[in-house]
Amino acid sequence: MATKTKATPQAAIPHGLDRGGLLEMYRLVRLTRSLEEKLENLFRQSKVVGGLFRSLGQEGESVASAFALRRRDDGTGDMLSPLIRNLGSMLTMGATPGEVVRQYMAKGDSPARGKELNIHFTDYRRGFIGQISPLGDLVPVMAGVALTFKQRGEDRVGMVYLGDGATSTGAFHEGINFAAVQKLPLVVIVEANQYAYTTPTRLQTAVKSFVDKAPGYGIAGESVDGNDVLAVYGAAKRAVDRARSGGGVTLVEVVTYRRRGHAQHDNQSYQPPEDIERWAATNDPLDRYLATLTSNGWATADELAKIDAEVDAHLENEIRDAEAGPMPAPESTLDDVYASGPVAAPWTRHEPADPKLA
Amino acid sequence: MPTQTMTRPEHVRLTEEGKPVTLLEAIREGIWEEMERDPSVFLMGEDIGAYGGAFKVTEGMQQAFGQLRVIDTPISEIGFTGAAAGAAHMGMRPVIEMQFIDFISCAYDMITNYVATSRYRGSGPQPIVIRGPSGGYVRGGPFHSQNPEAAFFHTPGLKIVYPSTARDAKGLIKAAIRDDDPVLFFEHKWLYRRPQLREVLPNEDYIVPIGEARVHREGTDLTIVTYAATVHKSQEAAEVLEKEDGLQVEIIDLRTILPLDEDAIIRSVKKTNRLLIVHEDTRTGGIAGEIAMRVSEKAFEWLDAPILRVTALDAPVPYSPPLEDYFLPQTEDIVKAARHLAAY
Ligand SMILES: Cc1ncc(C[n+]2csc(CCOP(=O)(O)OP(=O)(O)O)c2C)c(N)n1
Repeated sequence: MATKTKATPQAAIPHGLDRGGLLEMYRLVRLTRSLEEKLENLFRQSKVVGGLFRSLGQEGESVASAFALRRRDDGTGDMLSPLIRNLGSMLTMGATPGEVVRQYMAKGDSPARGKELNIHFTDYRRGFIGQISPLGDLVPVMAGVALTFKQRGEDRVGMVYLGDGATSTGAFHEGINFAAVQKLPLVVIVEANQYAYTTPTRLQTAVKSFVDKAPGYGIAGESVDGNDVLAVYGAAKRAVDRARSGGGVTLVEVVTYRRRGHAQHDNQSYQPPEDIERWAATNDPLDRYLATLTSNGWATADELAKIDAEVDAHLENEIRDAEAGPMPAPESTLDDVYASGPVAAPWTRHEPADPKLA
Repeated sequence: MPTQTMTRPEHVRLTEEGKPVTLLEAIREGIWEEMERDPSVFLMGEDIGAYGGAFKVTEGMQQAFGQLRVIDTPISEIGFTGAAAGAAHMGMRPVIEMQFIDFISCAYDMITNYVATSRYRGSGPQPIVIRGPSGGYVRGGPFHSQNPEAAFFHTPGLKIVYPSTARDAKGLIKAAIRDDDPVLFFEHKWLYRRPQLREVLPNEDYIVPIGEARVHREGTDLTIVTYAATVHKSQEAAEVLEKEDGLQVEIIDLRTILPLDEDAIIRSVKKTNRLLIVHEDTRTGGIAGEIAMRVSEKAFEWLDAPILRVTALDAPVPYSPPLEDYFLPQTEDIVKAARHLAAY
């Protein structure tokens, strides 16, 4: 931790970042943390439809890794696909809190128009593709995205996130192997947060460290302290640069800890409370990053407090608007199954009901 | 994407010389033409490159279009199906080959969960064609003879095409590649090179619309609804029935299984008042059940006899000739069923 030594003011900023970048990352980590806290309130008020998944303790790596991508809002930037604990990555790409709240509340004006949940949504212009629930599937999908960049000679990179548990799937293996042999511009972020639902990592895999899998695929690998924002940014940046310059796939392992249950309903009985306590007290990514920023003289406590206040005000507006959004029209259930318009509703949904109708 | 100079091997475009082509050659021509027409079309699969694929459908294509458009993949049906989905997200139109369609089950999750739901979830269209050799009558055993259509028939968002003639095969593969929805395109390997199916194809660019059945044979006494290899078994049966029983059998070749051309089925049933459904796939949970149900809902009053079906038996596809012959629907079965219906 960087808090102990009093660094000289304005220490050199690493990884080619500037002060603006450092503060923007701080804002995004704070935004992620605060948005999830607001979502938790909405969840307690039963306004969230379905489950709520926290990324508490993982906001830093989520933001910092996505921050290493070339971010655009015109569909020409890099692309990522998040996993459930990558709200921070999506916000970094430009997803708005309002969109996320609408998704969680299953609103008709949510990005997926009520057909998909939580952060499972897509925006090609801003550069993110929504995950689906079956774990590992987005590894081959993002390999295909990267394949297209290569086929078209585009200078773009794909990044895919998955948990340590998801690395056990066949899809992970097939996707990463395909990307490796084709030397695709792909960055695979494995978030080793110690648990897959209730299953600890030692029952998930026999490797000591997920980065050990990289040599087996003939790709580059790097393991990084996932709660150190700048370290994660540095590792992600190296992997993105490697991908962009034709160096192929990198597996980046971010070592972190899941401080909440798999979802809100999970009481974490299987996680030693002292572990949770220790990670919260001494290894919170937001606390650590804040300390890094101030002790290096890159930001003052006042500047950061101002960002916090702006985030809170922004969230309040976004959530109010999102809550006011409409629920989807029932008939839209049958839209978008095919390219060619809605499918037919069965006769019992017709007025008057006539069994000769579809 | 850089355009490659395309040298067309001799054997690829036979129609220009007015020569009849097999169903396999018709499919190759269709893919070839779409590759030429649209640079976003590209191919992935196992051994499809220099070798041209296990059945040689893609022969000559890698030489012509290069290694970025005809990609030899690792053995990973999940991997390349997922990669096709990712490429489709980026505006490409991938055509992927299952070396044998039996292995499509490895990619079942990717197809049903990922690809079929993408548009609905708001993640955009998935203009992917998943094609491969299917079907029996070739002594291929349990893992090289399956008809997996029913496993996917139940998945909204997919289209399923299964041609029985060279002309349809070419027109349908072209339509499938141009379609903005994911299409499973099944190619019956017993029909691939059958000399009887050789046809001279039109010279012009044509497609056969997905979702439209075709009246394969006109008749008035009873309707057989079928598709793929059993179109030809049904044709043989119809000839026997005409000669020996004086029956005029109408044969509807579905060509597309999903979505079903319900109108064509109902129209024919209203004309002949008797329906026999024939498919090579196994019986329980097969497509015949759905067709029968729709006819029962919508044309019950027109029926003069119960709806019957001839299908494979409810067993894995066996290997040994006497077993496979017993297992698969044969012309004799169709004749028997039709006689029963006609006499009802
Ligand atoms: C293929 C598949 N099997 C099971 C599940 C159910 N499931 C959802 S999340 C989860 C654990 C995920 O663990 P991990 O990949 O480590 O991600 P984390 O939640 O730790 O971030 C499981 C088993 C699933 N979504 N997909």
